[in-house]
Amino acid sequence: MSMLEARNVSKHFGSLVAVREVSLTVAKGELRAIIGPNGAGKTTFFNLITGFFPPTAGEILFDGEPVARLTAAERVKRGMGRTFQITEVFPQLTVHENVRIAAEAAAGYGLRLWLGSAASKIVAGTVEEMIEVTGLTAKTERVVGELAHGDQRAAEIAMALALRPRLLLLDEPTAGMGEQETYEITGLIRRLHRDKSYTIILVEHDMRVVFHLADRISVLEQGALLADGTPAEIAADPAVQAAYLGKAA
Amino acid sequence: MSALTRRTALPLPRELRWLRLAAVWVVLIAAPLWMPLVGGYTDLAARIVVFGLAAMSLNFLMGFTGQVSFGHAAYFGLGVYGAGFVLLYFTHSTPLALIAGILLGGVSGAIIGALISRQRGIYFALVTIAFQEVFYYIAYKWDSVTGGYDGLRGFQRAPIHFGLFTLDIQRNDILFYYFVLSVFAIVAGAMGLILRSPLGRTFLALRENERRARFLGVPADRYIWLSFTISAFCIAAAGALNALLNNFSDPSSLDVTISGELVVMAVLGGIHSFWGPLLGAAVFVVVQNYLSGITINWLFFVGLIFVVVVMFFPRGLLGVFRQRRAA
Repeated sequence: MSMLEARNVSKHFGSLVAVREVSLTVAKGELRAIIGPNGAGKTTFFNLITGFFPPTAGEILFDGEPVARLTAAERVKRGMGRTFQITEVFPQLTVHENVRIAAEAAAGYGLRLWLGSAASKIVAGTVEEMIEVTGLTAKTERVVGELAHGDQRAAEIAMALALRPRLLLLDEPTAGMGEQETYEITGLIRRLHRDKSYTIILVEHDMRVVFHLADRISVLEQGALLADGTPAEIAADPAVQAAYLGKAA
Repeated sequence: MSALTRRTALPLPRELRWLRLAAVWVVLIAAPLWMPLVGGYTDLAARIVVFGLAAMSLNFLMGFTGQVSFGHAAYFGLGVYGAGFVLLYFTHSTPLALIAGILLGGVSGAIIGALISRQRGIYFALVTIAFQEVFYYIAYKWDSVTGGYDGLRGFQRAPIHFGLFTLDIQRNDILFYYFVLSVFAIVAGAMGLILRSPLGRTFLALRENERRARFLGVPADRYIWLSFTISAFCIAAAGALNALLNNFSDPSSLDVTISGELVVMAVLGGIHSFWGPLLGAAVFVVVQNYLSGITINWLFFVGLIFVVVVMFFPRGLLGVFRQRRAA
């Protein structure tokens, strides 16, 4: 059963075609990496999936349902959780408050003036669980804006997880990170995929991370899908080597 | 790493919060006792509370939801007129006047809010001014109903009858002060409770990072409308109290000057602090009261104070308690 299916999705910005008739299918439980040279349209494609803006043409099916015309908030309600290339958190609030806002929003409590003890318990449980999964337990009461970059990233992932998404979308999770932080985030993503069976799509520049994590890889070049396959297939694909890996090496 | 040197606001520890709350209320409740000792009078205290409530209401939107309105005099002024209409044209009832003012300002805020809640930042601020000017000119031109330039005059707040006893807030200014303070307590208390609820945290999330909030499933426009509406209802209550305090309603209560003064009060006191705008209003009203008797250029000195505060206390007067440099 496919979790996400893109059918001939395109995005034009004026005369610029950022994404050109991309079709791909991500299965439930899969970890899919989207790679490509700078300007290949990876983040644009990501934004189309998550509803940052609507596609110019094409359809996106999430769990079999068309979602291409839904707003970002509506797609979140259906089970998409995302992080951003440039970390997006609530900088002046604590880690706990950040994750709690996410958990309350996901549970549909965003409009409530009061939570009963059962509801509070559910929220508190989610918050504690996600903070623990992302390894932030010792920093629960720290203000997020004060944390190191890697921890801010982890906090953002904890917020996305607090939505209990069926599809987790990570936009360059290791962008701007040092060796150690990259190692930790990679470990976290692998645990989420292997141990918690999350379906994950990630855009990533770091090839070690991609080949280490991904079940399948989709390669974009100049807005179009160049290749789609297992890491071994992608590594052996001459077109990919010419367009991308060859240049990088 | 810029994140390590950024100033961040930390909430006070729980015990200190209670202490501060108690201090605020002791000062407010005792105001009729100490105001005369410092050369003030009871109506001045009532003015401070009225404008403090107005600035806190504006700040609900500005400091806790992240959208600046430069046109909040509209809903303040509609509260003033709503109360005036009832007392002048309908009935001698202070509670009804108060309710009418709250409804007129609040419902108008809900309607205007629906029209502008897709705007953000400077565009949001500008359309709030535009709508405020509309209300100003309606009040200014619609002579037969609003009294035009002169406004509504010749009404008086009425004593409140409780069956067995009567509170003569008409003649007894100390009783009136406590009436104002009671309304303040209810409205400010409601705002405080909302801000500590999941709804309040959603507003805070929009202030902190709207993009993140939207991708947590928060329909941002709808929540900004809601915050604007709550803010309009609360400031309309302050407007209605102002009509009861002055016993007249005139177009100056709808003027853009008031909008600007409310923003100044909030910034003076600290927009990320719940009580800050009340302190800002106190400073503003007191300085205005003393200096306007000495010089017509009193606003110059208010400006001077504003500049000094912004330079040395960028988080406002109460903001200093929340300010600290990260380790």
